[in-house]
Amino acid sequence: MKHLEGQIRIPSGCAISAVISKEGKRMTGEAIAQSMKPMHDRSNGLGGGFAAYGIYPDFKDEFAFHIFYDNHSCRAACEAYLKEKFELVWVEEIPTRKIPQITDEPLIWRYFAAPLRSVLRSMQLDEQEYVARAVMYLNTSIKGVHVFSCGKNMGVFKAVGFPEDVARFYRLEEYKAYSWTAHGRYPTNTPGWWGGAHPFGLLDRTVVHNGEISSYDANRRFIEMFGYQCTLQTDTEVITYIADYLLRRQGLTLSETASVIAAPFWSTIAKCPRQEQERLAYLRKMFPSLLVTGPFSIVLGFSGGLMALNDRLKLRSMVVAEKDDKVFIASEEAAIRMMEPDVEHIYAPAGGEPVIVRVKEGAFV
Amino acid sequence: MKVDATNLSYQVLNRCLRTLTEDCEVVGCLGQRFIGAGMRDRRLSIYGTPGNALGAYLNGAYLEVHGNAQDAVGDTMNAGTIVVHGSIGDTAGYAMRGGQIYVQGNAGYRAGVHMKAYQDRLPVLVVGGCAGSFLGEYQAGGLIIVLGLHANGKKIVSNFPCTGMHGGKLFLRSACTGIDFPPQVNAHPASGEDLAEIQDYLAEYCRLFGYQLPTVLDGPFTVVTPNSENPYRQMYVAN
Repeated sequence: MKHLEGQIRIPSGCAISAVISKEGKRMTGEAIAQSMKPMHDRSNGLGGGFAAYGIYPDFKDEFAFHIFYDNHSCRAACEAYLKEKFELVWVEEIPTRKIPQITDEPLIWRYFAAPLRSVLRSMQLDEQEYVARAVMYLNTSIKGVHVFSCGKNMGVFKAVGFPEDVARFYRLEEYKAYSWTAHGRYPTNTPGWWGGAHPFGLLDRTVVHNGEISSYDANRRFIEMFGYQCTLQTDTEVITYIADYLLRRQGLTLSETASVIAAPFWSTIAKCPRQEQERLAYLRKMFPSLLVTGPFSIVLGFSGGLMALNDRLKLRSMVVAEKDDKVFIASEEAAIRMMEPDVEHIYAPAGGEPVIVRVKEGAFV
Repeated sequence: MKVDATNLSYQVLNRCLRTLTEDCEVVGCLGQRFIGAGMRDRRLSIYGTPGNALGAYLNGAYLEVHGNAQDAVGDTMNAGTIVVHGSIGDTAGYAMRGGQIYVQGNAGYRAGVHMKAYQDRLPVLVVGGCAGSFLGEYQAGGLIIVLGLHANGKKIVSNFPCTGMHGGKLFLRSACTGIDFPPQVNAHPASGEDLAEIQDYLAEYCRLFGYQLPTVLDGPFTVVTPNSENPYRQMYVAN
């Protein structure tokens, strides 16, 4: 019998990479896929994935659901639920390429959907909360259904396989995005399966992660009080929900969010200027259960930007570089040089120091 | 002998380098790990960006990188020399117990973590620029020298230097005001005798990267050693 996440523990790194155009210029998925090649040995073929922003300009006002189905009967059940809640503007199978490196694929569909106004009004919810709840429901209540992407004008593409093969499988050279993130997986603790590959997304926020967080259960217990259900038993899922909770529901800024999840040591806070001390102490006291400990380097993707962050001890590597309008982030400098050999301003951000890159105002749809 | 590493996996590249017996120029490196691992009495000139664990277990060879190097350079190296004309990632010289590493630019986190000396072997790590946090973490022996050249206002070393240090010596070309060291180490201005100890390594750094020794020597040096007055003896039991 095949084991899923949580049914087996495999004690065992990962690779992350990202590129963003500050001018909002759209790039195909070829470069980001190439960037994963020099880091091939950081993954073991049990998960690869990409998040792409700005890829669906024709449906930019609808939520784009990417869904894995185990079979057609759960697809029928899922679609019945979606039709009750949403107006489905466009429905199709996600085009893939049959390649020997990627096997055992589930049914992979996408839906461009608008929440039904009448239902939205009667539930007194904003549309983001409405979508988040629908996704939580589908992922926990209908067996065989896994919604792995649900933002506007963006999408996650992931599979079991090496990331460069996953890019070919999903024909990423046919998509154009102003921002790409990528992940190559070497699963720690749990086996690889399609839903467990990175990026993890909720609404337009996605996370790719290299590391293994030791605060997972403390973080999970806290975040589950707010309606998030951690069904995948993987640490990246909880980081995704923490980001959603702090940014969307608590309204924190990105740098405040970074100061919560990678909070400086009290001894470091004591050395900061007074105002900064107060800010950092306030955030640590308000959200002590959302401090994420253990090694991590993550890239958080969102509409119009990216944030890269390391754990406060910097137990995982991360390099940032620039060239013209582009900013590159990766686990290794070699990955960046694969995308842009003549890159400039290469540096490694300190642990807990967020690198926030935004596309200039109005340059993305 | 010129070896083009373009599109070669680390296995193929390293097998090729092991098969050859003469000095090599390796061009087009992009992330291949373990280059020069365990190698004795050879010279490799490396162009491009070599991958992690460059010169791991190095045993006498001379590796010169014309560019930046990534993480874990000289991991557990035993003898030989690694020269990097650029900056270097995290955990440079991890557990090295012999040989020398010269880095023209900056080092990432945990440079020199768990360096140790062994009989006549004295590992030396020289960083021309600045070092990240946890410099010399758990240092048990050997010499770590950070020069802070071209610091441009940056601190010569970030947070928590010398955490867990219990052997060896660490030199910082700075008065180290505002840098907090842990209680189990002594940090004091370097004496003439201290500086004499590192003179040869500084001269070699200058020769390799084209600096003037008097310029490098001009500046306050701080030397850090473990404080034998305050050892760890009471950490678990009073004995």
